[in-house]
This record gives sequence, C-alpha cells and structure tokens, in this order.
Amino acid sequence: MNHITARVAWSLGLILAVIVMCFTLIHLAPGDVAIVIAGDSGAGDPEVIAEIREDLGLDDPFLVQLGGYVGDVAQGDLGTSYRFNEPVTELIVTRLWPTFLLVGTAVSFAIVLGVLVGVFTARRPESPISHGVTVFSLTGYSMPVFWTGLLLVIMFASNVQWFPVSGMRDVRLEGNWLEEWIDVAHHLVLPAITLGVIYLAQYSRLSRASMLEVLQSDYVRTARAKGLAERRVVYKHALRNAVIPVVTVAGLQFGQMLSGALLVETVFNWPGLGRLAADSVFQRDAPVLLGILILSSTLVVIINILTDVVYRLIDPRIRVGGASQ
Amino acid sequence: MRKRLLALLAILLSFAMLAAACGDDDDAGGDAGDDTATEDDSGDDMDDEPAEDDDESTADMSDVAEEAEGSDDGDSGAVDTGPVAGGTLLIQSTQVPRHLNGTVQSGYATAVPGTQLNASPLLFDENFQPQPYLAESWEIADDGLSVTLNLVQGAVFHDGEPITSEDVKFSLETSQANHPFKTMFAAVSSVDTPDDYTVVINLSEPHPAILLAMSPGLLPIIPEHVYNDGQEIKEHPCNAGTDCFVGSGPFTLAEYEAGSIIRLKAFEDFFIPDRPYLDEIIIEIVPDPASIVIGLENGDTDLSATLGGAANVIRLQENDDVIVTADGHAAVGPIQWLEFNLADPALSNVVVRQAIADAIDREFMSDVLDLGTTFPATTGIHPGSPFHNPNTEQYGAGIEAAQARLADAGIDPGTISLAIDYIPVSGSQLAYAEYIVQQLQDVGFDAEVNTLPDFPSWAGRVAAGEHQMTVNNVWNWGDPVIGVHRTYLSTNNVGVIWTNNTGYNNPDVDALLAQAGAEFDFDTRVDLYAQAQEIINQDVPMVYLNTPPFWQAFQPRVQNPPIGIWGQLGPMHEVWLAE
Repeated sequence: MNHITARVAWSLGLILAVIVMCFTLIHLAPGDVAIVIAGDSGAGDPEVIAEIREDLGLDDPFLVQLGGYVGDVAQGDLGTSYRFNEPVTELIVTRLWPTFLLVGTAVSFAIVLGVLVGVFTARRPESPISHGVTVFSLTGYSMPVFWTGLLLVIMFASNVQWFPVSGMRDVRLEGNWLEEWIDVAHHLVLPAITLGVIYLAQYSRLSRASMLEVLQSDYVRTARAKGLAERRVVYKHALRNAVIPVVTVAGLQFGQMLSGALLVETVFNWPGLGRLAADSVFQRDAPVLLGILILSSTLVVIINILTDVVYRLIDPRIRVGGASQ
Repeated sequence: MRKRLLALLAILLSFAMLAAACGDDDDAGGDAGDDTATEDDSGDDMDDEPAEDDDESTADMSDVAEEAEGSDDGDSGAVDTGPVAGGTLLIQSTQVPRHLNGTVQSGYATAVPGTQLNASPLLFDENFQPQPYLAESWEIADDGLSVTLNLVQGAVFHDGEPITSEDVKFSLETSQANHPFKTMFAAVSSVDTPDDYTVVINLSEPHPAILLAMSPGLLPIIPEHVYNDGQEIKEHPCNAGTDCFVGSGPFTLAEYEAGSIIRLKAFEDFFIPDRPYLDEIIIEIVPDPASIVIGLENGDTDLSATLGGAANVIRLQENDDVIVTADGHAAVGPIQWLEFNLADPALSNVVVRQAIADAIDREFMSDVLDLGTTFPATTGIHPGSPFHNPNTEQYGAGIEAAQARLADAGIDPGTISLAIDYIPVSGSQLAYAEYIVQQLQDVGFDAEVNTLPDFPSWAGRVAAGEHQMTVNNVWNWGDPVIGVHRTYLSTNNVGVIWTNNTGYNNPDVDALLAQAGAEFDFDTRVDLYAQAQEIINQDVPMVYLNTPPFWQAFQPRVQNPPIGIWGQLGPMHEVWLAE
C-alpha cells in the first residue's frame, strides 16, 4: 500500500513537470497564434491581431502565463480552445470516449488474439503455422500504422466497399440505439485493426517467447508429471506466468498506443483525442494541446500504477516481496 | 507444407499490394493540412484536365472554366422534373469553424454553415449585381451618403420573433465593431430605423463597397434579443450552441459538434415561400481530402469544395458519376502571386523585378505544375470580378528577355542572391518556389528556396518583413475595398500578413484606389480600378501567378449547386436533390 501511495505522489510531481515542460516548449515554438486565428478570418488587420493577443493573454510575460495556467489546471480549468472557442475540458470529454473505444478495442483485439496466437505457436514452435505467424508478425510490425490504414481503406472501403471510408458513424443514420451501435461498430473495424495489428504482432511474439520459456520450467514439468491434462497445464498454470511480460509491455505501451491513435484517427477521421491533438498542433491551439498532453501523461502514469497492481495480483511473489520490504 | 504456406502468405501480400495499387493514385501532395489558413485554402485544390493552351492569357475566368473538361453548370443530372422538396445534402469539408456567428468571425469555415443559418440583406447575381433577400428593395442617396433598405415584412427568426430594422442595425453595428474586415463598414457613421422595416445606413463618405458587404457571408442578420444580453459577443454561448442558436436563414442548427459535424434542418417559416427545398444539410468535417474524394466516388458524399490537390480533382473528373466544376466563388477571388519585399536593396529595383517576371512562365506553371487546374492570373483583381482589367502590361517573355533586360540596365544577376519563401502547408506552392528558383538560376541569379516548418513561422517572417520574396495566396473578398486595397495602399504597410507586405508605395495608386473606393458610379469605378491595375503591373510589386478556382465536386442528383459568385458561402435554399 505504501508503495502505491509513494508512486502516486511521485506521479503528481511528474505530471507537474510535464505541464511546465510542455508549456515552455509550446511557448518557445516560433510563430504567433494570433496570426493563425486572424489568418483563419482572412484578415490582416493589426487591430484585430492586437485584440486577439489581448483576449488570449498572449501579451503577458511568460512566467505570468505559466503561473496562471498551472493555477487554472490545479482548479480543473484547462482553458478555452483558440481554435474551437470552447472549453478544453468539454472538447476533451467529447473526444475521450471515441479514443477509448478505439484504443480499448485495438488493445483487446491485440492482446487476446496475440496471446492466443502466441500460446498456440509456442506449443508447436516448428510448425508451418508458427512460422507463418512469425512472418505475419514481422510484416504487421514493420508496416507504418498510417500506411496500414491507407491500405485497408483502399482495399476494404474504396475497392470492395465493405466498410466506411472514415468517421465514427453514418451522419445520415437516424435509427434506434442498436442500429447506431452497429453503425459505430461497423465504422470501428478498420481503425481498430489498423491500430491493433502492430501490437498484435508484438504481443503474439512476446507471448510465444514467454510461453516457450515457461513451458520449459520445473513447475510445468512437475504439473505434467502429476498427470494433469496438457490443456490444464498450459492454460491454467503456464499461461498465468507467461502473460506477465505481456501485461508489462501493454502498460508501457499505452502512451505509444495513444500516439498511434493520433495517426489512425487522422487517417480514418475518427473524432477522438488523437485527431484533436493533430489539429491542435497544426493550429497552434496551445490550450487544447496542453490539455491533451496532461491527460495522456496522467493516463500513462495511471496505467503504469495499475500495471504494478496487476503484477501483484498475478504474481504472488511480487506481492510477498513488496510486503517483506 | 511449409513452402505451400509461405507461398500462400506471399500471394496474400501481393494481393494486398495489388489492390492498393489498383485503387487509385492518391495525391500524396494534396493539402491535407488545408485548414491552417483560410486565405490559403483554395490554393492548390484545383483540378480539371489540363486546360488548353490559350493565346489570350487574359481570358475571362468563367470562359476558361467552361472550357475545362468536366466543368458543368450543375444541371447535368438531366432531370426533367421540376424541383423536388426533401432529402439530405451531405457536404464534406476540411474547414473547421471556430463558431457560426458571421458578424464577428469571417472565413470560409464559418461562412458555409453561417449563410445557411442566417439571411443577409442582399444576394448577388453572377454579374455582382445586388438582388433582394431580406431587403426587398434598397436605394442609394444621390450624394452617396446613405443607403436605405426596405425589409421584407413577415420574416421571422428561428424562434418566431420578427426580423426588424433594429436587428439589422444591431447586426451591422456588431459587425462594424467586431468583424475582422474593418473596411467593410468603416464609412458607416450611424444607422437609423424610422420604422420596423426601414433601415437607413448613413455614411461619412460615399462607400460603394457597402452593397457587397451586405452579402450573406459578410453581414448575417442576427437576433438582437438573443445577442444583446450583455455578454461578450465573440464568446457568446449562442454562437454555436444548439440549445440557443437563433438565426434568420433557411436552415436551423440541429447539431453542432466542434470540428466534426454541423447538422442543419430546414426552417419551415423561412420568409421565402416553399424554400428551402432540402430537409437537411449535414456538413461533416473531414481533415483528409483523400477521404472526401473516396466518399464522392462511392456516392456517399453529395458535395465538396475542398478536394485537395490537382490529382484529386483530375481523378474525380475521370469519374463519370461525379460532376466537377470550377464555376463559382468568383467573389471570394483567390489569387496566388510571388510578392517582393521592396525594402530589399536588389528587389527595390523595378528592372530586377521585371526581369524576374519575365523569367516566370505562368502558362507552364498552370498547365504543368498544376496539371491545368489553375488559370494564369494577370492582375490583383480576380478575372471573375467586373473590376478586373484584362488589358494590363504582361511579362513572361522568357529567360533571354530577362537577361537582356538586366544587361540593358547594367545589372549583373550573379551579384544578386534571392531566397523564395512559400506558405508551408501548400504542396503546390513548394513546386512553384522550386520552379521559380530554377528559372532565376537560369537567368543568372543566385537563388534558393527557403522552407519554413509551418504556417505561423511563415506568417511571422512575412509580417516582420524578414523575407525577400514569397509565394502568397490572397483573396479578393467581393469588393476590392475589402480584399484588394489592403495589398497596395501605402498606408497599410502595418506589419501583419495579408496587408501591404511588399512595402509598395505609389501615390497615384493610392489616389486611384481612394477614388474608386468612394465612387458609386459603376462604370467610373471600373475605369479607376483599370488604371490602378495598369500602374501596379508596370511597377511589379508582385508577379501574379494564377487564380486557383474552388473546384467543387458533387453528385448528379444535386440540382442548383452553389456556383454563384460566393459559391458555398451563400444560402442553399434553392438546392434540391433529384430522385
């Protein structure tokens, strides 16, 4: 328990450091957001630009802006988007659900399928299927995520038209909740596969290697010697230890998954945080960008803490070791 | 067995590659990042098949557009029946609005939905002549110092409240105080409302631009009873809130999700009987033009004017099921040019500028670099505008002519180093810059392209006058007073983009523009602007490169598509869908 508390305390400091660093970096970037906003209006009027700078507090000294921002964040106020003219918190909340849906589906798809494939191939490491999976894994791993996405769009949305090109829903559909859910699921297939396939490759390789190692261990040999059924040995005893590295990597990769979502959401016009982040970068929408960075770093920290907790649940040795300290 | 499996995998991979390759030849250089800056948006998004060589480089824009294969007036659906009411029009756009209140926010992204949600006093026909809308008639005083509007009686806002002269006065004053285009209503000294349906706009000096400034995209009539509540109007929650947005236009706001979707429903009590035809317009924000193109090809998307690069337009033109046109948006009037910083010692010499102009082959740029999807520009006023002068001095005589011009002036180009900037989000502008550098090197200049990371960096550099030359994209915005004067008036060299960034200073041009800006007589204005364009072309503060049309693509079922002078920046109450 003390360990977790300490981790949380450290994490708060880490998030504060992230805020200060991101704010500083965005502030240091060349160019003026007031010009971008005026540019959107097609206006090159100094009076307009001066008004924008004043409205946004851009004329204040850097430290004043930073201090004000940190204070606002501490009170839960992430500011107002320069671009959308809406509170950042509202924008993020609106976009959070689509991203969670996408990332959650992709992670589930990658972990479940990856582990199953890994276990299957570990049991028959020299079989043609095992080698086929290896080739598939390497192919999936080496393809850039945006390219995979474009390839799938061209194949399945443009050529055969099985799936929609982009978006999260058919904007013309006015059906009941079930029809709407089916519609969302239909739109989710290609982006989730795109995002999941690279991790599927990693998880299948990882669980395969881990399972191979576990299957050679003494306690598995003992279980077999006791006459347990092979399926029980593999899925009840070996798998539990074999998935520990997968859980570790999944936790560590959550941040990467969010950055992957940025590309996937842009390719598929998925209305999530990734697309919002990409738009914000191009538009110098600092409040939104900072809000997303704070959120994603917080999520990464939380996921890592949860990973610690899950470790302890899966492996009693860690729990016991922690307690004895 | 193993070999068979590997062979199977290889076949699957090959199939994937083949399917991708056969799908299309997407334009990787398309302007996915389009939504950075409105003035830049139309830039490279043009298409059509390569335009035929035309000896008359000054040909009228609409003529050229009609010649372009694939262009269509919008009725090519060959529908015999009359207009049919009903249906949903799905528009996809890369443009993201900040909100929907056009009295305080200009730009394409706001104007497309904004002009559906709010009506304006006037509409304009293809000759830029005013037509009735919320104002059924109007009169200009003989001395040009007032404009009287007689409003339609019985028009109501979306909440049922009547639209009165007080609302027009409030909208105009709000726009005057807050709209980024300060010149639109700068001459308005006061607004009188003698009765509920009469508005008298008093001017401090004759200001003919006020008519075009009352276009749908520039003066939406908003309800005073909603917005005059003491809240800061730029941040007003009703600027985009579906629960409180009240407009005066043919459609109501049913759904607004920032950066994603805008759903508009027909307003049953719209003041024009039996309009709009459509039940619904959905504007879906799609950042990637390639996705929009696929949606058009699949028949899912009805209409779009943000198609990305030239390759996308050409690809759509090759599709018999989609209509592609360059018609429309003449009042928006985008023009791309190479502008000089006249504070630069070398470029302050008009001979150097003329030599650079000679070295640039605009026909080549439009036909080859833009694959025929742009049209050579000859002045700073869009060829679709009645104020365009098609008879100004032109350059482009070639490399040898440029060298001869320099030699005659005793200038050794080898002693001059030149760097060309361009708007970074624009793929086409990079190609322009690279081409121009090549031409200038052939003349003998030491030339190079200066690439900046993003739009703000470019804008900051140009605004600060740190550049030598830059490719730019500037819009006319209807009347020259709004979008043209700003570039040439010597008093408007104010250190921000899209003003007089060249530092151009010619008292004769200042005087001509001042006269034209205060002259109500149409023919006299045309003559004054013609003179100004002539002088400017002799001075060469910039080399006009091309006019990039707003290529629009739509399904044949879309009738009366928005191809007026404001294009999609105008109301679509006349648009209908064939069954």
